[in-house]
Amino acid sequence: MNVSIPEEVQTPTCPLITDEGVLKKIGNTPLLKMQHVGRNYPDVEIYAKAEWRNAGGSVKSRPALQMILDGEISGQLTKDKTILDSTSGNTGIAYALIGKLKGYKVKLVMAANVCKERKGLMADFYGAEIVQSSPFEGSDGAIRLAKKIYNENPDQYFMPDQYNNDSNWKAHYNTTACEIWEQTNGRITHFAAGIGTGGTIMGNTRRLREFNKNILCYALEPAEELHGIEGLKHMDSSIVPGIYKEDELDGKISVATEDAYAMVETLEQEEGILVGQSSAGAMVGALELASRIKKGVIVTIFPDSCDRCYVNFGKYKEYAETHGHKIPKADT
Amino acid sequence: MSAKVRIPTPLMKLTDNKNEVSAEGDNIAAILNNLESQFPGIKERICEENGTPRRFINIYLNEEDIRFLEAENTAVKDGDEISIIPAIAGGVA
Repeated sequence: MNVSIPEEVQTPTCPLITDEGVLKKIGNTPLLKMQHVGRNYPDVEIYAKAEWRNAGGSVKSRPALQMILDGEISGQLTKDKTILDSTSGNTGIAYALIGKLKGYKVKLVMAANVCKERKGLMADFYGAEIVQSSPFEGSDGAIRLAKKIYNENPDQYFMPDQYNNDSNWKAHYNTTACEIWEQTNGRITHFAAGIGTGGTIMGNTRRLREFNKNILCYALEPAEELHGIEGLKHMDSSIVPGIYKEDELDGKISVATEDAYAMVETLEQEEGILVGQSSAGAMVGALELASRIKKGVIVTIFPDSCDRCYVNFGKYKEYAETHGHKIPKADT
Repeated sequence: MSAKVRIPTPLMKLTDNKNEVSAEGDNIAAILNNLESQFPGIKERICEENGTPRRFINIYLNEEDIRFLEAENTAVKDGDEISIIPAIAGGVA
């Protein structure tokens, strides 16, 4: 099969968010046009934002930076405070990077079964402190433990609380959606993105509809409550984030874990793109949407690349055979 | 043989909201079948149609991943503890 180089469409303007050099590399990510995976829908164009091109390596650098900047402006975040939040990985990596550059201590609470690559990046590379919550309870256990730690010493911490912080969705309202609008020359007809905190889908939906009220927006969620698409939440069985407003959306599309895993390999083989499982899940959802609409311009978000999840190149078995296999332990 | 099985939060709606249940069986496969008889629908959440655990589910027998033992044929003794844990944690996008 011929593998083409993904077409990258740069926005003409680069939003400068802050003066710290590396942090300028947050935002203004390429938009990739899918060349092959949508072949069954010739009248549908499918694009994906390559969010791993942000400093910090994921879409979460945008809201993490916005929440920290807004915390500084409001006076809630001062140099004597430690940034504390729950995360399943990418937001934590972003907090750790930004905290290191800006001189803040960072403490991150995550389920003990978050993959080792992510924990290693946060702790070993960026120097954040990691507190592990019960692996049985997933991200909701991390949310509860982070709140407990905060409530015990509220004066010590700045807790962005990404699930309930309006700066989260506003990061996308202010940057991502504007980039998408410019990169598609206003041709976008449908937007679809995975839901974790809901920040990505809500911020983009609100801004895109200001550009064109007819754009239809869909949330992508795991098909089951027990799933393997790291970063995504099954809303009916989870603590629903305060910033997620499902009634503003045009619908939800379910993505099966196994389909997302298979798509990791498909995107690698057919598009030459190495993505993480949540990005692959987004493409599964985008293709489902394409099958329904038959004609249009779909944009989705690829939250991260394949360097931080264990489903790389479909070689899960090799990974399993070369990595530790003790049950992950919570710290508290 | 009776083992203690620790259930992840997303599956507790199938186990009458219990995070720990007892199951009978000589090996992991039998334990999973016994779980299914007690809590209909739970096995398909954990296993492929052929009975092997789904790729993103780890099953631990007394803290050892059964993939490094004898997989679903791993023997279970009275009083053993089995933990079912997704390989990742859902969360943030």
